[in-house]
Amino acid sequence: MATLSRLLVRGGGLRRGLGPGPWGAAAAAAAPVTNTATRSAAHFTFVSDPVPTQYGPTQKMNLFQSITSGLDNVLAKDPSAVVFGEDVAFGGVFRCTVGLRDKYGKERVFNTPLCEQGIVGFGIGVAVTGATAIAEIQFADYIFPAFDQIVNEAAKYRFRSGNLFECGGLTIRAPWGCVGHGSLYHSQSPEAFFSHIPGIKVVIPRSPVQAKGLLLSCIEDKNPCIFFEPKILYRAAVEQVPVEAYHIPLSQAEVLQEGSDVTLVAWGTQVHVMREVATMAQEKLGVSCEVIDLKTILPWDIETVCKSVVKTGRLLISHEAPVTGGFSAEISSTVQEECFLNLEAPINRVCGYDTPFPHVFEPFYIPDKWKCFDAIRKMINY
Amino acid sequence: MAAVAAALGRLGRRWSGLGRCGPRGLSRPHLATASGPRRSLSASQEFTSLDEKPKFPGASAEFVDSLNFIQPNVISGIPIYRVMDRQGQIMNTSEDPKLPKDMVLKFYQKMTLLNTMDRILYESQRQGRISFYMTNYGEEGTHIGSAAALNATDLVFGQYREAGVLMYRGYPLELFMGQCYANAKDEGKGRQMPVHYGSNIHHFVTISSPLATQIPQAVGAAYSFKMAQGDRAVICYFGEGAASEGDAHAGFNFSATLECPIIFFCRNNGYAISTPTHEQYRGDGIAARGPGYGIMSIRVDGNDVFAVYNATKEARRRAVAENQPFLIEAMTYRIGHHSTSDDSSAYRSVDEVNYWDKKDHPISRLRHYMVSKGWWDEEQEKAWRKQSRKRVMEAFEEAERCLKPKLENMFTDVYEDMPPQLKKQQESLGRHLKMYGEHYPIDLFDK
Repeated sequence: MATLSRLLVRGGGLRRGLGPGPWGAAAAAAAPVTNTATRSAAHFTFVSDPVPTQYGPTQKMNLFQSITSGLDNVLAKDPSAVVFGEDVAFGGVFRCTVGLRDKYGKERVFNTPLCEQGIVGFGIGVAVTGATAIAEIQFADYIFPAFDQIVNEAAKYRFRSGNLFECGGLTIRAPWGCVGHGSLYHSQSPEAFFSHIPGIKVVIPRSPVQAKGLLLSCIEDKNPCIFFEPKILYRAAVEQVPVEAYHIPLSQAEVLQEGSDVTLVAWGTQVHVMREVATMAQEKLGVSCEVIDLKTILPWDIETVCKSVVKTGRLLISHEAPVTGGFSAEISSTVQEECFLNLEAPINRVCGYDTPFPHVFEPFYIPDKWKCFDAIRKMINY
Repeated sequence: MAAVAAALGRLGRRWSGLGRCGPRGLSRPHLATASGPRRSLSASQEFTSLDEKPKFPGASAEFVDSLNFIQPNVISGIPIYRVMDRQGQIMNTSEDPKLPKDMVLKFYQKMTLLNTMDRILYESQRQGRISFYMTNYGEEGTHIGSAAALNATDLVFGQYREAGVLMYRGYPLELFMGQCYANAKDEGKGRQMPVHYGSNIHHFVTISSPLATQIPQAVGAAYSFKMAQGDRAVICYFGEGAASEGDAHAGFNFSATLECPIIFFCRNNGYAISTPTHEQYRGDGIAARGPGYGIMSIRVDGNDVFAVYNATKEARRRAVAENQPFLIEAMTYRIGHHSTSDDSSAYRSVDEVNYWDKKDHPISRLRHYMVSKGWWDEEQEKAWRKQSRKRVMEAFEEAERCLKPKLENMFTDVYEDMPPQLKKQQESLGRHLKMYGEHYPIDLFDK
């Protein structure tokens, strides 16, 4: 299983991990990842939301620290909760579990053998006994060996047993999305594969505050959940995050910016691209965009998206994953059915191309702000 | 050469089978050097020493100065533990579990009741009354012997050929039938194919069709039991074909490194559908894989209910006390076809099947034992056959009369709560049936 390339990137994760900002210390500088001389900036600009005040005291955290904070809250409150996967014991290759083993013991935060199908199968078993299982798959790219356990087992456990048995206590976390140089197996966005599986939930956050609140909802949800963490944001996104546990509801999209001309839908890092595109469209074209973060891929919030499209009459959906069979197709088809009379232009999808995710060509591959901007321009002139 | 011997000798302590295929004349004193702390050594190992001892973190072993591949021993494999012979005579009295008469009678009655149910449901499928069936012919002893050695709350993960375990735990005939007929009494709500049983009150996790997926799951459940410190074990059944799946490798390895109180129970009946074992593996069956994972392993005669009972009992005791996995490989023969969708005469001889049916069957062996004890005779046999058949037929007829589950059961339990889009789909079916209901078998379903 791609051992060599994985080792290389693991090394990279470690190297970065030795820098400033371990869990509990001040957050590392939010510099975008700059890896080669040919790339001078990330393809997005992280924009944090207003500081949430309703959940008590906050602390500056980047995305990996907000994940650790969430796991810390769960392990403290739920004595049955266990955290496991490849290399989570020393803190994880992305530092998401730093300090948890020392705090909660090696029986609750532990390494497994290197075997993804085993990790998910094991997690299902823990959850079947009623305990809370939080499994980590090291990269979303490596979740496929566990596809059978997810599709045929986790997703169908409750249904096939007539609710005699279930594995709702299972949450699978996995780093997700492009990272500038991750190539074929450290960049993938596999959410569409999982969107075709009745019985699981698929959730993707856009920021540290969202990540912690949505992760805690996944862990407490009584259904098996897959939680994809945009790894490019692990260090790049920093904001004030509540220290105590709080929950952001699943299956609820969020309108981040109201607008009247076009609805823009995205999730994960791409939300930040869309925010910038909305500003560009306003400034350069005088177009008012409504920006929606979908957050939950399955079951998704049809109502919020359709309500917006009824108002704007236009829809642009954008995701990093390849366009064919991507989740934008599902959104597009549903909106077309629900809002046919309101649509003033064809729904547009700006996505990755139908190729594997390339290494050196990444700047040309991703659905960046210019590609999205151009789509809006054409849509308005339709 | 001495170092080779030491290395092999060390392996041999865990698995004498491999020792036998190595060089002769194992040097016993070397065994002493192999004992003592192992894995813990690597962490504190000093790297300043100039001696020639291996320092690799991946294994605890001596160097050797001659080239020798380790040869698998498949000709003379791990021996098959048995307690009674084919005539039901105890062979070694010190191994006799000396079970009381009522318990042995229960063994026999559960095995034969299962056999009777198999015959009737098999015929029922042949007549198209149920869609599918898998019999347990030849495996009755493995189910009953192992189930009897467990605590009632030990969690069972299995496949589709462990009905005897449920039978032993008192799962009612009505529910076996309800599942196979997918009627309104089926606790699984009519969603799965026949013989995919499950019962939470009998601690028997619902069967699924994908092979071996239950193996790493059972390990996770065992880990959870260890954490809860409640004296519960997990047993996980699978066939020798399923053991070829990647999930079997996952489960075995995780159970050892994570120190889980689990019994892996492999039913090796010689065939995975039509595939004979020489096309399934080339090692010494499944039992020989156990030591490679660091798992305590044994092979038993699956037609000997006492051998199965003894091995399971001891494995269970030690698994819970020591938090370590055990592997039992029970050698049996699949006397029936793989399933009702299979005709096994296409790939094996009738003579072969007849041998196991007539000469070496778990039920007849136990009957011999009971007769020799004076606990059973021809008259009791006749009466019990008649009574068990009557009970099965009653459950069968009742199951057939019962309506199918309510249609709403097609939509519930996908998630704990029904998402709005699924609710819409359910309503859409409702509207559809209002207009086109006459084209659907609505009358067969509960309202």
